[in-house]
Amino acid sequence: MAAEVEETLKRIQSHKGVIGIIVVNSEGIPIKTTLDNSTTVQYASLIHSLTSKARSIVRDIDPTNDLKFLRIRSKKNEIMCAPDKEFLLIVIQQDDQS
Amino acid sequence: MPPKSKNSVAIERKRSRRDQDDLTDTAEAAEQDDWMQAKALVKPDDQLELTEAELKEEFTRILTANNPHAPQNIVRYSFKERQFKQTSSVDQLAVHFSMDGNLLHKDSEEARRQMNRTERQSVVKEEPTESGEPEAAAASTAAVEEVTEEGGAEGEVKDDGGEEGAATASKGAKAKSEKKLTNQFNYSERASQTYNNPFRDRGTVTEPPPRASFSSNVTQWEIYDAYQEDFEKQEKTKEKKVPGRKEEGKTKKKFTMSESSSDDISRVETAAKIVERMVNQNTYDDIAQDFKYWEDVSDEYRDQEGTLLPLWKFTFEKAKKLAITSVCWSPMYRDLYAVSCGSYDFMKQGSGLIIFWTLKNPSFPECYFETDSGVMCLDIHPQHPHLICAGFYDGSVAVFSAVERKEGPIYRCTAKNGKHTDPVWQVRWQKDDADNNMNFYSISSDGRICLWTILKNEMIFQDVIRLLLPDVPAEGPDGIKVPTTGSGTAFDFHQQKDYLFLVGTEEGKVHICSKAYTSHFIDTINAHNMAVYKVCWNRFHPRIFITCSADWTVKIWEMRDTLEKKNENESRKPLFSFDLNNCVGDVAWAPYSSTVFAAVTSDGKAFVYDLNVNKYEPLCEQMVAQKKKTKLTHVDFNPTYPMLIVGDDRGSVISLKLSPNLRKMKAEKKGAPPPDEATKIQREIEKLEKILSMVREQPTEATHS
Repeated sequence: MAAEVEETLKRIQSHKGVIGIIVVNSEGIPIKTTLDNSTTVQYASLIHSLTSKARSIVRDIDPTNDLKFLRIRSKKNEIMCAPDKEFLLIVIQQDDQS
Repeated sequence: MPPKSKNSVAIERKRSRRDQDDLTDTAEAAEQDDWMQAKALVKPDDQLELTEAELKEEFTRILTANNPHAPQNIVRYSFKERQFKQTSSVDQLAVHFSMDGNLLHKDSEEARRQMNRTERQSVVKEEPTESGEPEAAAASTAAVEEVTEEGGAEGEVKDDGGEEGAATASKGAKAKSEKKLTNQFNYSERASQTYNNPFRDRGTVTEPPPRASFSSNVTQWEIYDAYQEDFEKQEKTKEKKVPGRKEEGKTKKKFTMSESSSDDISRVETAAKIVERMVNQNTYDDIAQDFKYWEDVSDEYRDQEGTLLPLWKFTFEKAKKLAITSVCWSPMYRDLYAVSCGSYDFMKQGSGLIIFWTLKNPSFPECYFETDSGVMCLDIHPQHPHLICAGFYDGSVAVFSAVERKEGPIYRCTAKNGKHTDPVWQVRWQKDDADNNMNFYSISSDGRICLWTILKNEMIFQDVIRLLLPDVPAEGPDGIKVPTTGSGTAFDFHQQKDYLFLVGTEEGKVHICSKAYTSHFIDTINAHNMAVYKVCWNRFHPRIFITCSADWTVKIWEMRDTLEKKNENESRKPLFSFDLNNCVGDVAWAPYSSTVFAAVTSDGKAFVYDLNVNKYEPLCEQMVAQKKKTKLTHVDFNPTYPMLIVGDDRGSVISLKLSPNLRKMKAEKKGAPPPDEATKIQREIEKLEKILSMVREQPTEATHS
């Protein structure tokens, strides 16, 4: 199982334009990263609060609903957040055109 | 009787007068005990006065033991004899007078007790007299003074001295009631100083109890979650009450326990999968856009031509050296399909693969199974899309489950139970049988068509048809005639008539068979000159089917009525025949039209025909394979999207989008409501029928090369 996930993460990393992958736990502490320390911490804390807010919005509108995925498209890159039960997976991918 | 003493006279008198009076008795006693106080005789007024003589007169009385008053004739009813009987015994005792006296014998126990009591009373009674009558107390002043010196309270004092006054006091106190005994002992009051105990303080420091500050915003969904949790808990307790389910719950719990205790990173699996798809979407963004929105504009300017736009290409490292041997879309997920990988080359047999691909992730399979033998065919169960049956080059068949985290198949046949002796070329799920067991058919070049039924923990087989060649029994080694068997290569089941199915053979024949008659075929057509690779019923028209073969042709046939067949013995001719100039690996009808089909050839080309538009030429003939030598092996239409997938002999699958011309539908009248499914099917049948009627009239012209 773990190996399979590692494989998947490796494949994601190998995709064109992928800058980094961060796995954040429920408290907002990064537990796995491919980026340097300071960037990781910054991304982790900011994205974590944003995703929990986003999730709150989705669930407040309909409690039976849930947030599955959040993507933030910026000028330079795209931040993809996939919240799971306990973890938050953040992937930053460079935009092709830029 | 002169000597009679006064006493004796008295006794006599007593005897005679006993009945008369009490008082005489007392008088008697007074006479007898003259020490006692003399008492004056009290006489009643009407007492008889008797003279001395009268008094001395004697009356003689004889006392007998018989009671003169006793009844002599008492009868009692005897229950034993049932009659009244006289009782013989009569009570002779008669009491004339009785009276309890108040005298006691001095020596008797009772008398002694009485004496004791009176003595004690007299002692007790002094005391109240002393307190009540100071005069009496004065008589014993001397004694009392001693007591007062000690400081005792006057009222409480009594001792020997008090006895003197007892005699006088006793008379006056007689009326008073008995009083409680008081303490006879003197007491003294003394005081003393005790030591003061020194005060002492002792204290220990304990660890402070844990404290935590908690703050939270309560939102609607948190409340919802709390309720949901509570609800689940209630459900669980309910479940616990049912003993049978208890264990189930336990194992489930254990399972989740073991899951959560496993490595942390494994828990982001679903998230990782989603992100991988998203990254792929970004990477292949242009393809996704094309898939969704691009329509070939040039189609408007040409009538009878269309194009195939290559979309994603699915390649997998492990499948690179294998050929795609079958493709099958998932009946549930529009973006999911399964392919089987094996090898068609007899010399290069090896392992096989079953791969699930999703359009959302062309870079890596959704899931895959590795097998030891080449997988030649597979089919996804229409009702249970996680179950796939597969046939292998070694002749075995197996069932895989995509949801169970298991490397191998969940069922696989062995040489002992019905394994084919030649490669299995096609498998197909059937409707569940009468016992709701899943079952599927397999066809192999050993000439057998098998029905496999999946029971709880095993898979059992049943031979349905043996393909025998009636014409040439081969010579066996010892001159024995061995019936030659045909080699089945493909079959297809009729959509409406469950029992009807087509079988294509390596000899180029197509048999129309029924599950009900396994000994002979309903019809046999010499369809091709070489092996038939695919037979396929039309999706709309119930009597039309298509075949493709290694003899470079694709043919469309119509099933004839049995009677008709008997009338003519000439060789059957197809309605349509198309020569594709190379070995045709696969052919497939489009799901949206009765007249559209696609075929792929070994020279890497894909063909799309629409009989409605052009009965002779393909609308599209396109080189799909990227390398020259690559053969295309299989093709299938997506059930909903306008796209098809083709598999090649290098393990890759290419998805192609059909241009608008290839999926031209009959123009709907503007504003008309969209037709329902039944009318759609009817229209499609009509459309095909119209073309067929033209062909039937001039069958010779249909063949085109």
